[in-house]
Amino acid sequence: MGSIEKIDLSYFPGCSLATTAKESNQSLMKVCEKLGLNLIELEDWNCCGSSSAHSMDQKLAFRLAARNLSLAPSDRALLVMCPTCLHRLKLAQKVISEKPEARAQEEARWGRPIDPGLKIVHFFEVLSGVEPSRLEAALVRPLRGLKCVPYYGCMLARPPSLRKERNYHGLIEKILISLGAESLSWSFSARCCGTFLSAARPDIAVPLVNEIIGGAVKAGAECIVTACAMCQLNLEIRCTLKDRIPTLHFSEILAFAFGAKGSTKWFRRHLVDPMPLLKAKSLIP
Amino acid sequence: MEKNALPSTLIDLKSCDRSFGLEVNERSGETVGLCWHCRTCAGGCPYVKAMDYHPHAVFRLVQLGLRKEALESSTIWICVSCNTCSIQCPAAIDIPAIMDALRHMAVEEGVKIAQPEIVKFHEEVLGSIERYGRTHKLEIMMRYKVRMRQWFQDMDLGLKMLRRRKLDLTPSKIDRPEEVSGLFTGTAENGKH
Repeated sequence: MGSIEKIDLSYFPGCSLATTAKESNQSLMKVCEKLGLNLIELEDWNCCGSSSAHSMDQKLAFRLAARNLSLAPSDRALLVMCPTCLHRLKLAQKVISEKPEARAQEEARWGRPIDPGLKIVHFFEVLSGVEPSRLEAALVRPLRGLKCVPYYGCMLARPPSLRKERNYHGLIEKILISLGAESLSWSFSARCCGTFLSAARPDIAVPLVNEIIGGAVKAGAECIVTACAMCQLNLEIRCTLKDRIPTLHFSEILAFAFGAKGSTKWFRRHLVDPMPLLKAKSLIP
Repeated sequence: MEKNALPSTLIDLKSCDRSFGLEVNERSGETVGLCWHCRTCAGGCPYVKAMDYHPHAVFRLVQLGLRKEALESSTIWICVSCNTCSIQCPAAIDIPAIMDALRHMAVEEGVKIAQPEIVKFHEEVLGSIERYGRTHKLEIMMRYKVRMRQWFQDMDLGLKMLRRRKLDLTPSKIDRPEEVSGLFTGTAENGKH
C-alpha cells in the first residue's frame, strides 16, 4: 500500500449495507476512492445467512456462505465490511480448506471452483495497511474538537477457532485521533448491541442499548463511532433515553474528514441527526 | 439459591440421558465436559438477565444428561452468538457452537420451544433469503409483527425509518434466485459438512 496505483478488491456489501445502511456503503466507496482502492462488487452475492441460518440449520448456513466464496475471483482479495458477514464467510472458508470432501461437494453444487486460499479481509485490515502519510494527505476536514467514543460491539470477539487471527482493536481510536478528533475511553466499546433481539425481543435490546448510550454520554462523548451497520441501526432505533447522541458509521466519519461530497445526504438518513452536532462544532456550515 | 445457576430440584439419575452429551459434542465439534463451571461466561454475557439458565448451567444440564431441560431452556434462543463468552472462556470452549447444536436439536426433536418468538423471527429471515437470496428487512418485520399479532408495535419506528429511507419498499434480489432457493428444498441429501 502507499503507492499511487489502484488496487482492485472484490467487495461483499452484505444485506445491511445494500439496504438500511446505504450511507455506510456510499461513504465507504468515497473512502476507498481516496485511498486508491477499486472495489468490484461480488457478482450476484447472496445473504451470508446472518444469525438466523446458523441458529436454525448448520448446513444451510455453510452453503449460503460457500456460494459467495464460489463467486469470488481468486486473483484479488475479498473485502467485507460487515463483521457478521466476515465471520460467516471465514468460518465457511475454514471448513472448505480443512475438509476436501466439503469443498468438492460445494464446487459441484455451484459448478465453480472455490479457492480455499482466497484472502478475505475486513475493511480494518485494509485500513491498517494504509500509511499514515496517505491518511494525512487525504485529510481535508480535520474533526477538531469532536469528542467520540469508539464502538466495536462484538466484532473483536471471535470463536476460539479464529482466536489466533490478528484483530484490530485500537484501530478506530488511532484513526479518529489521526483525523483530529478526540477519542475517549469508556466501558462499553466491546458490549454487544443486541443484534437480532432488537427486532425479535425489543424488551431485551432497549435496556442494553440505553446502557451503552448512557455510558457514552457519561464518558463525555458527543457521538459514537462504529464499524458495524447493525450496531449503528440498533443504537439509533432502540435508545429510549432523553439524552441521545448520534451514532456514526466509521466510513462516514472517514469520508467526511476526507472532504467527500454528499456527506450531508448520508447524515440525513440518520434517525438521530448528527448535523446539529457537526454544525455546533463548526465542521459544517 | 441463585435462581438460574443450576437446576434447583433434585435430579433423578434414572432420567439422565448419557448419550446426550456425546451427541452435543458430535454436532458442535466441541467438548462440553471441558466446562468446569468457573462462571466466567455468565459474568461477561450481556444477556444473562433474560436467560433462565446461565450459559455454563446449560452445559451442566448437558453434562448431567438432562436433555429436556437443556433443549427447553430459553438460554439457547436468547444467546445471539456474540462470542463475548467464548473469548473469555479459560477452557476455550466455542460456547455459541454448542448453543447452535442445542438449537438444532430442539427444533428437530420438536420439544417445547422456550422462545417461539425468536424462532419465528429466524424463520421470517430465512423465508426472505429463500425468496430473494437476500434479506428484505421491511417485509421480514411486517410478516413477523403480523405473526406475533403485535400489529402496532414499532409502527412509528417503521414509518420514521421509511421517511429516512432506512427501509426499502422493494427487496434487493439476486439475479439467480433459484440457486439459493434450491438450498431450502430437499437439503436432506448430503451429510454434515
